[in-house]
Amino acid sequence: MQQAHGAQGDPLTLNADLVGRTYPPTAPYVVGREKVREFASAIGDANPAYTDVAAAQALGYSDVIAPPTFAFVVSYAGTALAAADPDLGLDYSRVVHGEQRFAYTRPIVAGDALVAKATIEAIRAVAGNDILTTRVDLETEDGDPVVSTVTVIVARGTAEEDS
Amino acid sequence: MSPAADVGAEVGTELPAQSFPVTRASLVRYAGASGDFNPIHWNERFALEVGLPNVIAHGMFTMAEAVRVVTDWLGDPGRLESYSVRFTRPVPVPDDDTGTVIEVTGKVTELLDEGRAKVMLTATHEGQKILGNAVAIVRLA
Repeated sequence: MQQAHGAQGDPLTLNADLVGRTYPPTAPYVVGREKVREFASAIGDANPAYTDVAAAQALGYSDVIAPPTFAFVVSYAGTALAAADPDLGLDYSRVVHGEQRFAYTRPIVAGDALVAKATIEAIRAVAGNDILTTRVDLETEDGDPVVSTVTVIVARGTAEEDS
Repeated sequence: MSPAADVGAEVGTELPAQSFPVTRASLVRYAGASGDFNPIHWNERFALEVGLPNVIAHGMFTMAEAVRVVTDWLGDPGRLESYSVRFTRPVPVPDDDTGTVIEVTGKVTELLDEGRAKVMLTATHEGQKILGNAVAIVRLA
């Protein structure tokens, strides 16, 4: 495997050549009204825009909207394409979620069919941990942007120790 | 322009604080709804084996709870323009009926152009911060 060095000078165990690699769009994820309701209920969020079509329409949406972090559920298939890329060399059993960012063009609305387009944005090693930053853009099948997500995952203790 | 009422804000405006209970049942429900079945969130034997103090809450569950302080304040969740957090400390959830609690406060720290504002969130568990750089950019009108 190619060796490179992180910003802190730690040797990388991940293949840094993959920075910038993009993955084919995932099959469309069709956002179901009952799935949105189930998610809102699971997080205990009673905002009627998530469950009541009339309440969502009063705010100008065509159907119930998804809670903001539901975007992660849809984006995950894209993140997984990068994380599981055999060229990357990530030990997924040691991974924790380090950071998460969302930038919304609009809320996800029930009925949306969203494709996830993943790009590896950064690969670093800090204090013996491998850190993978993946951006996943969620778009309609027509290519209209909906949400851009950035997921930073940390594989604990897999980077080689400084000698 | 949202049909929801405009939200008044200036630098220093504090959003209504909220407390969010978390039980093992919360985590099971979140696992099912989100599709994240990592056993560290529901299997105590596995969590201890990998060196965690207990079953821990999904980071995304904590992130979902924290932003409710913002979306409840806005009324229309579609006024959330961006939202980001770092997960700095896990939230262990005991195997009992009361579970534990996540406390969240928010404050407007900057007014931006086009009627937008920056909100900094503070999420704590047992007095210790569990999120870092928790920031929401919102549209006030």
